[in-house]
Amino acid sequence: MEFTSTVTEKKQVVPKKKYSPVREFWVNFKHQKTAFFASMFILLLIIIAIIGPSIAPYDPYKPDYDATLQGPSSEHILGTDEYGRDIFSRILVGTRITLSVSTSSVLLGAIVGTVLGIMSGYFGGWLDRIIMRSSDVMFAFPDLLLAIAIVAVLGPGLNNVIIAVSVFSVPSFARLVRGSTLEAKENTFVEAAKSMGAPHKRIMFKHIFPETVSSLIVFVTMRIGTAIIAASSLSFLGLGASPETPDWGAMLSMGRDYLGTASHVVMMPGIAIFLTVLAFNLVGDGLRDVLDPKTKNE
Amino acid sequence: MSNKLLKVTGIRKSFEIPSGILGKKKILKAVNDVSFEIMEGQTFSLVGESGCGKSTTGRLVSRLLTPSEGEIWIDGEEISQKKESQLKKMRQKVQMIFQDPYASLNPRMKVRDIIAEPLLIHTKLSKLEQQRLVSEILKVVGLNESHADRYAHEFSGGQRQRIGIARALIMKPRLIIADEPVSALDVSIQSQILNLLKDLQSEYNITYLFISHDLSVVEHISDYIGVMYLGTIVESGPKDAIFSNPQHPYTKALLSSVPIPDPKLRKERIILKGDLPSPMNPPAGCPFHTRCPVSMEMCKTIVPKVTQVALDNHFVSCHLMSS
Repeated sequence: MEFTSTVTEKKQVVPKKKYSPVREFWVNFKHQKTAFFASMFILLLIIIAIIGPSIAPYDPYKPDYDATLQGPSSEHILGTDEYGRDIFSRILVGTRITLSVSTSSVLLGAIVGTVLGIMSGYFGGWLDRIIMRSSDVMFAFPDLLLAIAIVAVLGPGLNNVIIAVSVFSVPSFARLVRGSTLEAKENTFVEAAKSMGAPHKRIMFKHIFPETVSSLIVFVTMRIGTAIIAASSLSFLGLGASPETPDWGAMLSMGRDYLGTASHVVMMPGIAIFLTVLAFNLVGDGLRDVLDPKTKNE
Repeated sequence: MSNKLLKVTGIRKSFEIPSGILGKKKILKAVNDVSFEIMEGQTFSLVGESGCGKSTTGRLVSRLLTPSEGEIWIDGEEISQKKESQLKKMRQKVQMIFQDPYASLNPRMKVRDIIAEPLLIHTKLSKLEQQRLVSEILKVVGLNESHADRYAHEFSGGQRQRIGIARALIMKPRLIIADEPVSALDVSIQSQILNLLKDLQSEYNITYLFISHDLSVVEHISDYIGVMYLGTIVESGPKDAIFSNPQHPYTKALLSSVPIPDPKLRKERIILKGDLPSPMNPPAGCPFHTRCPVSMEMCKTIVPKVTQVALDNHFVSCHLMSS
């Protein structure tokens, strides 16, 4: 047998025309028509959240007792509420509250849940059992009931709504990330990192965490829809935003007395909530098809 | 050349396999009383069919697994029961090369960062200094600096394995555990990688624990060979002794399966009957007696002792030899 040590394979490195991961994602995502339009809608909402207060035609807090409970007209395109405040202006200003409350609560829950989930899946043993059994206990409560209980303890207010919603997001994230971690830690490159003496922290966050990111992005998006509903429900029940705040849930709550006589007061913020939640869920579905096709049937 | 770099004595590893909710836990004896030693700068190969425990032995020596029993001495230090925090020094001296060059490199990291990772973990070198070493090592393994900023998936199998070798090499290790490093590669690439490993060995005086199921690969690279069957080494010795004068019936059967590139030459082919017995329920006596063509009555009950064959360092566990 004769062996030559010349490196003939070197020639094979013709740089393949391969898209970068971001570009590949973008190309695939554009094909998801519904999700693409939904994401455009979310982009619009984000723009409104930033510039909303400055483009609102009326002061969302200022009552106008000459124009209470008016239906949609050219002057007030979505009508006015019981104090004569312009509903369109209030919805525009409320966008920022809705988006910031929901995203910050989901992100907070995602961060805590991810750390717990990775530790749970990576170390296993008693730590895993403690974290997973505690999540099971949390899962046993209906989400909203748990949130109400937390707000009842902490007192009403938007900050406490954020805490409550993030607390009930933690177990779902922990469980999701634990699953991906169990899968990711079977990779040979994780074993390779162990064999070269990489510390646990490095293995968990440099080698395992990136493997869980795609399913995390999908779940965060889906969860924002849930968080909007939960935050609005808490506000509707009077546990969240104070009534004069232009929060969509609080607006629903204010308008429910006039459901029979001036239904637009409830309808308009209701539609806003509905469209926003729908958009986030559609984007989540689209992202899942692109990023995480194997969880499609779950 | 003369000092023992690795000495393994009587290591065992068993795994508990839960069966059902109420069922008794089954014990899988993956490695059962394995001993061997490697001189510095030499290559010791473990051969055997899949499931014989050769990879587990490699993982025990690299302490990815903790042995249930036995001692592992690396460079005069006993490491078999040490905690991860006490293994830092050993982790620098011992590096691994893995079978699958596709799975053993993180797909999200650039080649530069993959190779520099051991430096990042074990040294306090500056980024610049690290990169200088990476470029150096890339040349040593037959790649070049322009490869450093690509991702592993942009390379062919052979090149990936070169990246894996570069990662193992960058700490200037004393011992490299190569777990089937060429079995996932095309035959044409295999010889290149094997020659690279040999060249590196003579240049840096590296010791290899080489794990393979492929006898032609083993013949090319080894100084010493250990033949494993069902978690034990049935025969071990210098390469030439094993290939020219095999003693154990299992080694004979294995060697008879190697094709000879000469159509006129006919040799007797020993074909083993049956499958590898389950390591969860290993046969009593000699582990090989269920498939052995020359099995005797005593083989069913008595475990054969390790006997030295006339030649130096050639050991075999078989009743035919001891009687």
